[in-house]
Order: sequence, then structure tokens, then C-alpha cells
Amino acid sequence: MIDRSGVAEVFATEWPRLVATLVRDLGDIGLAEDAAQDAFMAAAQHWAADGLPDRPGAWLLTTARRKAIDQIRRSERFDERLPQLLMIADAADRASHTVPDLVDEQLALLLGCCHPALAPDAQVALTLRIVAGLSTAQIARAFFVSEATMTRRLTRSKTKIRAANIPFSRSDVETLRERLPAVCAVIYSIFTEGHASAGAPTLLRGDLCDEAVWLAELLRTLVPHDPEVAGLYALIVLIDARRATRVDVDGVPVLLADQDRSRWNREKIALGLAALAAAHAERNAGPYQFQAAIAAIHATAPSFEQTDWSAVVRLYDVMLARRPSAVLALNRAVAIGERDGPEAGLAALDAIECSGELDRYPYFHSACAELLARLDRHDESLTAFRRALAVCTNDAERLHLERRAATVSAR
Amino acid sequence: MKYMLLLASDPTAGPTYDSDEFAAEMKEWFAYSNALVEAGAMVSGEPLQGPDTATTVQVRDGERIVTDGPFIESKEVLGGFYVIDVPDLDAAIDWAAKIPNSYYGTIEVRPVMDLPAG
Repeated sequence: MIDRSGVAEVFATEWPRLVATLVRDLGDIGLAEDAAQDAFMAAAQHWAADGLPDRPGAWLLTTARRKAIDQIRRSERFDERLPQLLMIADAADRASHTVPDLVDEQLALLLGCCHPALAPDAQVALTLRIVAGLSTAQIARAFFVSEATMTRRLTRSKTKIRAANIPFSRSDVETLRERLPAVCAVIYSIFTEGHASAGAPTLLRGDLCDEAVWLAELLRTLVPHDPEVAGLYALIVLIDARRATRVDVDGVPVLLADQDRSRWNREKIALGLAALAAAHAERNAGPYQFQAAIAAIHATAPSFEQTDWSAVVRLYDVMLARRPSAVLALNRAVAIGERDGPEAGLAALDAIECSGELDRYPYFHSACAELLARLDRHDESLTAFRRALAVCTNDAERLHLERRAATVSAR
Repeated sequence: MKYMLLLASDPTAGPTYDSDEFAAEMKEWFAYSNALVEAGAMVSGEPLQGPDTATTVQVRDGERIVTDGPFIESKEVLGGFYVIDVPDLDAAIDWAAKIPNSYYGTIEVRPVMDLPAG
């Protein structure tokens, strides 16, 4: 959206509020989404000419309701739409929205998008479309699928929402307790997709990282006292603080050991540390908080060598004791390699290799390759790099592995 | 809004016929059906006889093809159904989760198509 009207700034805060209120008023997600979009298009026109209204949110809601009424009137089956017209009339009569209403409505919207009756990829697409207000084309680009494919995915989920009557009105404690993990997982998967995307030509896609940070902030505003929500926010901003240094000028990933720490974003690190402290104060630890604690150790270490690897290993031990996972065991083995040397790291990796679970995971093979290279076992290291390349699906990652392999074979 | 709860389970799972556990489960089924009626959510519901009693019918090119057996061959078999009338999918899921054999069976929740009158 070309912006001479202040619409873009208003969009970030008002979009989710507007859609949430409209979903409540209209009881139909598709209609709410269309009306909100029409209202923002009208805003871009009018505000450019007349300037920003005093209360942009109220202006948008009034306009969107009018647009919804237009759309309902144009509908072929007017008789079925009559109840919706009555709902809008009722809603317009009601007193203006209070802040708690807005919180509940936005939370209900987020919880609805992450309903377990929707497939995980549909939850992600809906959250980006309905809550974050990305266009279908933007979401399609971010996930490297055609716009037609993304349109189908969104249409299919909206059809199911309507046909199965998936409620977008629940924000009670029970629903929250049950569905908050799914909401966190959706936001984190948007972040990791933006951060290190499989199937993408480049490694970092700022847009999705920005959306994930924004969603994590929104969730924290809506659910202020949940330690895992704070932990998720901390984890995301602490990793995002390294964004500028994670890839070089060619878009090729730079290892943590080689990143220029002076270019890490101190402001984001401070935000992450504060959120982590707030989470810790709630005295209920969970996986996002542990991951964030590890990210915090890296973010505050003066150099790679001076990282408190013992603390990192301890945190992985706690996480593994709670829920075993091959990927966590891999990360722990890498940390052991730093704490006790490459031999110990390799021994820890061997223990995982037996399970064969990580055969298709390039980081497993590249971790082996790096440790073998440090022990001057060059032939074995090159073999491991070749295994990593064979299962790597990201072009930038592939280039990085090829460069590392070339360095080793030149020794 | 009406939903059909399709109840499937592995016939070898669950309590054996005539055992105390079986009797206890039967009691739970009656209690569950009564709860649906009391909540005003019951439309209908029936248990089905086993898949070895099933007959499949198709008509192809005007020919009637009648075969022995259920239309889906799987470990889990359709054992019964309920049609319930509740406000939304979350309410339907809540009822599905209370079904006595849900701890070893599988319940598919399907919205019933609302055909326009006339």
C-alpha cells in the first residue's frame, strides 16, 4: 500500500481490532475480512485527501460496517443474509467498545485461527491473513507457493470454519489453556520459517520475522501473565537481535562463532532479557523459556569462546529430561563439543546417530563435519559435509556447506 | 447446528463381552445418552451391528452390485452414531470427548448439511 495518508501506521494496530470486532458483529470470518479490507482501501483514499480522522479506529469500524451491509445486500440469497444485517444493526446500537472487549475479541480471533480442527499450515496461513492482515499474495510469496495454491488453502479453511461452525468467540480461561500452545507454535513456526526457511533460496526473510515478532508482541499484550508467552517473545527477539549478522552480503549463513557481535541489536536483546526475567518471575518453566534462556546466554556472551557452555549444556539436559527430542540432543552434543572439546562432542553425536532419526537433517551431518574437521579427520569431515549437502533443501545453506567443505579440503 | 458423531473402534480393543468392565461401559453408554437428552442436544443415535453383518450396495451403469462387507476395510469399524444439535464445533467436540469408548475408539465429527427448505 503506497502511503501518504498514515494508513500504514494505523494498519498495524487497527487491523486485528477491526477484524475481531467485525467477526463478533457479523459471525462470519470471510465477510469480516472483506469488509475490513474495503474499509482500509477507503481509508487510503479518504485520509490522503482529508487527513487522518480523530478516531481512526471508529472511522474504520463505521466504514467497514457500511461496506458489509453493501456486500450483504448484493448477495444473491438475501433471505439468508437478513440475520446478519440485524446483527450489524444490533452491534451499531451497542455502546462503543471497551478495552477489555477489544482484548477478548482479538484473543478469540487468534484462538479461532489456531483451532485444532484446522490443519497446521491452514492455522499459519489464517493467522497471517486474518490477524496480521497480510494479503494472500504476500503469504504465498513468503511460503514459496503460487498465489492460487494459497488462495485455495485459505478458501478451504474458511469453508470449513463456516460449514463446521468453528467458533471465533471463545477467549475463556479453559479455551486459552487448551489452545495457547497451538498459538505459540503457530507464531514460532512463522518466525522459524522467516528465519531459516527450508525450500527458500535465501536464509532470512525479514517479513515473516517481523510478522512473528509483531504477533508475539500482540499475544503478550493479550495474555500478559503467561510465562510461556513471555518466553516465546523473549526467544524470538533474542534470536532476531542477531538478524543483521546471521548472513553475509551474499545471503550465505554465518556461523554463530563468526558473527560480528558488535552488530547485534542491543535494544532487542534488552527487550528479550526483560521478558525472560518477567517469565521467570511467574515460576512456571516451559520449553520456550528454556530455549530463550539459551538464546540469552549467547546474546550476552562477550565472544563465542567465552560463552558459558556448561550452562547451555545444563539447560539442554533439563529440556531433554522433560521431553526427549533428537534435535535437542543434537544441540546438546554441539554444546558439549564446545565445553569438553570435539572428541566429547563427537561421542555425544554418535549416541544420537544410532537412532537414525536425524539422517535427513542437514545440521546433524554438518555438526559432525565441523567436529571432525577440528580433529583434522578431513576425509571423514568431507564425507559428512557431502551427507549434509545431500539432504539440504535451502540454496543459501547449501552454498555455506560447499564453502566450508572447500575450506576443509584445502587444508 | 447439527453434527453427526461417527463412532469407530477396533473391535478387539475395549472390555470383553460379558465382563464386569463391559457391564460398566454399558452403564456409561446409557448415562451418556441420557445426558445428551437432558441437555437438549440429542437428535438421534443408534449402535450398529458388527461389520460382518454389513452389505455394500452400488449401482453402476444401471446394474446393482451387492457385495458382502463394509465399504471401508480397516482395523477400526463403524460401531454407531449420534446426531446432536449444539451451538458450534467446540460444543460438538466436548460431547465427542465424553463418549464412553473415546479412550480406545475414534470419533469423527461431521456437520450435517443444512438443506434449504422446499
